[in-house]
Amino acid sequence: MGPVLDRLSRQARRLPSWVVYGAGVLPVAWLVWLVLSGGLGPDPAKVMERSLGEWALRFLLASLAITPLRQWGLNLLKFRRALGLLAFFYAALHLTVWVWPDMGLRWAQISADLIKRPYILLGMAGFLCLLPLALTSSNAAIRAMGAPRWRRLHRLAYPALALAVVHFVLLSRVWTVELLIYAALAVGLLALRVPIPGLQTARRRI
Amino acid sequence: MTRSFRPDLRWSPDLRWSDVTPKHLFLSRRALLTGAAALAAGPALARIQAAASAYSTDETPNTLEDITSYNNFYEFGTGKGDPAAYSGDFVADPWAITIDGMVDRPGSYDLADVLKDQPLEERIYRLRCVEAWSMVIPWIGFQLSGLLDRVGVQAGAKYVAFETVVRPEQMPGQGSRFIDWPYREGLRLDEAMNPLTILATGLYGEALPNPNGAPIRLVVPWKYGFKSIKSIVRITLTDRMPPTTWNMLQPQEYGFYANVNPEVDHPRWSQASERRIGTGFFAARVDTQKFNGYGEHVAQMYAGQDLAVDY
Repeated sequence: MGPVLDRLSRQARRLPSWVVYGAGVLPVAWLVWLVLSGGLGPDPAKVMERSLGEWALRFLLASLAITPLRQWGLNLLKFRRALGLLAFFYAALHLTVWVWPDMGLRWAQISADLIKRPYILLGMAGFLCLLPLALTSSNAAIRAMGAPRWRRLHRLAYPALALAVVHFVLLSRVWTVELLIYAALAVGLLALRVPIPGLQTARRRI
Repeated sequence: MTRSFRPDLRWSPDLRWSDVTPKHLFLSRRALLTGAAALAAGPALARIQAAASAYSTDETPNTLEDITSYNNFYEFGTGKGDPAAYSGDFVADPWAITIDGMVDRPGSYDLADVLKDQPLEERIYRLRCVEAWSMVIPWIGFQLSGLLDRVGVQAGAKYVAFETVVRPEQMPGQGSRFIDWPYREGLRLDEAMNPLTILATGLYGEALPNPNGAPIRLVVPWKYGFKSIKSIVRITLTDRMPPTTWNMLQPQEYGFYANVNPEVDHPRWSQASERRIGTGFFAARVDTQKFNGYGEHVAQMYAGQDLAVDY
């Protein structure tokens, strides 16, 4: 297993990270195409909103899978920033579609919902967790903050994931298979971060 | 070899059933059967004739495509497109409804018998889903009161319970266990007898499509869509409030009454406004009306009831 993972890690390192950014914007490009061609059905805004939210969750899960994969010998660290920024990008688009095409910029109802609706509140909190992470996703920011502080700040990715999944669960009418899969992945990835007494903390960092 | 000439089966795209049948004529049982045969031969021939109704809204109906491709019908899956995608093998003919409980003439009635002597009307109704979206749908159907009168409701009956067919082999969503099938719904007797309450057997002049609850479904336009149970196989008159599916699943969120009410929010989301489906990417969000705008016909039934309690 080890040699295979080593070879995979070496090959992955040769892949420029812009490939991940490029592939990462394909879903939104596809969605925009579907909107323009009428392929999203009778309620295109809702489908788009839902799909953008799911892509944000997928990229967030992927970015938080990097460290466990590394501990098992597959090093994809080079792509973590791209995955995290893509998660933020999709979360921002998801929020935009909710505010504009979905809510029709009805600010009174939007602000009332922000206060009254737990799932909206949680989704917004998750987005606010991601915001400082996106703003500090540069080498310059890491240098300016210093690695330890930067790493501490970026632990916000954990609550962001938890909030995103609970947001998704709360807005669903029933438990579906995909919802269970997302929830299981999130619980698994977060559980791996729980410090186990006696185990060296250095091995369990972000 | 002789060639029989069957004008009713001859395929002719520019000739419509309405060209040969007087518009005002109600559909007799025989005409319905002929219409069904013609439907099999070519939909263009099979316009079901139905009288216009004063209860219809003058709002523009959604397209047939919208109405048949965006559905909540969990028997076929939880996705809005699942009913259209997975209802192709559903067999809606033959069909029978068991009518039992506190009625004078209980029994199993086949669909033609259920429809017998019931005047078909086109009812263009708003449909408001509990998920805060809405459509306008040109149903064809008849008043439930007509059927209940025919089977004879016994004194003491207070509620009407309905059940959807259970056919996991034709309804893949029924393989999932989170709902205790059959799907169940119910109305208070006065709600069932209200002239707005219809059993629909068609829309847009055609037999009811599978994704919309073929061959016969309930339509209660002042209540959230989940009350309008689809593909009905059982109607039971009872003196007790019957269990209803969404109420059984999440009683704090879905009440028995489920009247459209912008003042009573779903515990998790607002019911103050709704999105009108089919009006594009920037679909119009409109204010939700109490009783979905049908208050003048139904509000008096709830006089004295606190609708925040009886949600």
